[in-house]
Amino acid sequence: MADIALQGISKKFGPNTAMRNVDIDVKDGEFFVLLGQTGAGKTTTLRIIAGLEKPDAGTVMIEGQDATAWNAAERDVALVLQQYSLYPRLTVRGNLEFPLKSRTHNLTADEIKERVERAAETLQITPLLDRKVEKLSGGEMQRVSIGRAIVRKPRVFLMDEPLSALDANLRDVLRVELKKLHQELGATFVFVTHDQVEAMSMGDKIGVLDRGKLLQVGTPNDIYAKPINTFVARSVGTPPMNLIDGMIKAGTAVLDVGGHALPLANPVGSDGQKIRFGIRPEDVVIAADAPAEAKVFDIENHGVIKILTLDLGGVHVHATVSAQMKISIDDTVRFGWKPEKVLYFDPANGRNLALT
Amino acid sequence: MPSEVMIRLDPKSRAAAKGLNDLTIRNLFIIPTIVFLIVFNIFPLLYSLGYSFTDFRASTNAPANFVGLQNYRDLLNDPFIWKNFSITAKYVLISVTGQVIVGFGLAMLLNRSIPAKGLITTLMLLPMMLSMAVVGLFWKLLYDPNFGIINYFLGLGKFEWLADPDMALYAIAIVDIWMWAPFVMLLSLAGLSAVPKHLYEAAEIDRAGSFYTFFRITLPLVAPILMIAIIFRTMEAFKTFDLAYVLSSQPNTELIAIRLYKMAFQEWQTGMSSAFAYIVLIMVVAITNIYVKYLNKVKAR
Repeated sequence: MADIALQGISKKFGPNTAMRNVDIDVKDGEFFVLLGQTGAGKTTTLRIIAGLEKPDAGTVMIEGQDATAWNAAERDVALVLQQYSLYPRLTVRGNLEFPLKSRTHNLTADEIKERVERAAETLQITPLLDRKVEKLSGGEMQRVSIGRAIVRKPRVFLMDEPLSALDANLRDVLRVELKKLHQELGATFVFVTHDQVEAMSMGDKIGVLDRGKLLQVGTPNDIYAKPINTFVARSVGTPPMNLIDGMIKAGTAVLDVGGHALPLANPVGSDGQKIRFGIRPEDVVIAADAPAEAKVFDIENHGVIKILTLDLGGVHVHATVSAQMKISIDDTVRFGWKPEKVLYFDPANGRNLALT
Repeated sequence: MPSEVMIRLDPKSRAAAKGLNDLTIRNLFIIPTIVFLIVFNIFPLLYSLGYSFTDFRASTNAPANFVGLQNYRDLLNDPFIWKNFSITAKYVLISVTGQVIVGFGLAMLLNRSIPAKGLITTLMLLPMMLSMAVVGLFWKLLYDPNFGIINYFLGLGKFEWLADPDMALYAIAIVDIWMWAPFVMLLSLAGLSAVPKHLYEAAEIDRAGSFYTFFRITLPLVAPILMIAIIFRTMEAFKTFDLAYVLSSQPNTELIAIRLYKMAFQEWQTGMSSAFAYIVLIMVVAITNIYVKYLNKVKAR
């Protein structure tokens, strides 16, 4: 098992910059999630760790050793891809044996058989062992490709959106299984995804990437509660965090639209300063004695909760409320927020003022 | 049935305005082809089947006598014919093997990002587009013992490539390989570029060596298309005539097609040569069938 460190990694593909001076520290045994949109550089980061791409600048350290010049085989990592990349025309067993048959391992036939069967058991694919991979379903294929990663007992597991091609139910099941697998193996995992639910539910640590830059690394709680800027703030949580422009006036927030005054607990910033206030939908309060007034623009019923979209004269604010609340579109409601949950962002560059 | 499968003619189209319907258009396209096939292929095929049971000679006015299976019996008992067959088998084996090795090798070399790849590929394909007789003639010059450039470069003095009884067949096969390896290359290249790149990456991650990767990933995925190339080339090599005829005319290079030509148009044994042609036809069909069976097996795996 191993820890990984990327130091000052940059990578360009022609005119496109995929990574800009990225530093990442993944500790031994950690489940590290890289979260970002398409084109943010997640996959490139993973491929650089795997040794499939060479960085233009920077160092890749594995177990404290400079591995930048090592090729994929020397790095001893396992990679699980979104498109499974199972070896065609082989059985499941053939695929699981494949990485063990290379000469570097020197395993006997019995050892190979035992390892394959143990991996198959872990992933519950024992009955499929003698099937051709072409005849498997998507979920089964992904299990096999994870199996192919674990038979070799590599130092690091790299996963590039392994669950994205699966349907929702299967994704939930495999998410739990992967998490369990990580605990059992105690190996270092680097998991790439664009799905914030996956990131929040699986990661020990999350790294948020945007256009080749690593914006923030932290535990899911950190990322959720203390985002470094508005981009990170809006990349986790459904619906995303509300951002409302306004200014601080005598210890209260005065919103630009409608001039509503809302209470603040410990305002960050001076009196009269322009602020972009951030508030999570679950921290928006709908109550008869709340300070501001808005119109209900839309209601989404999710069973457990309802998501309201409030119209504050052109600006939309999401609020999650109990599903029992009786409310209908175009009702006028009074709303406020939990003052201690408000975040303060700089409207010019989106930075969280409490963290700078 | 067929009319149900066909797409209906758009009533607003020009064809419809001219009073044509689906059926007339279908016939318009199909009937000429069928007539052509019947007149030039099927009729001669059946007619020569009839001749193969007679002692007919196209050079005389003597009426044809029915001799039953005598022609077939004579041919299959003729040791010289068997020699022609074994020469042909040797030629097919050398030539097709050579083409597959050279063609597939070239495809492997071209299947990467190299500068001017398109130009190189096009140039490589040129030999295949030349006429057989032309290729035969200029290779005859290249092989020439007195002024041939091949002997000059290899320093072989006056080595007689095409007259040497042991070498002549190989010399012809080399020309065939030169001409048709690009064909195998073209098909292999199509197969190779269809192998997903992520499979190679997965193999690299799985620490598979290059030989292991080649035999477990590349070859199985290219096998079906390679098989098709082999079928085509075997069929063609089996009936090679012009190349061998132009290059060399000695007993050791007498392929069945040349023997057949001589029998039919120099000795005018029309009935006998028809029977011979039928034997060759049956063999080609049989060999092709074996390949197709194998191809289906490769595909199913």
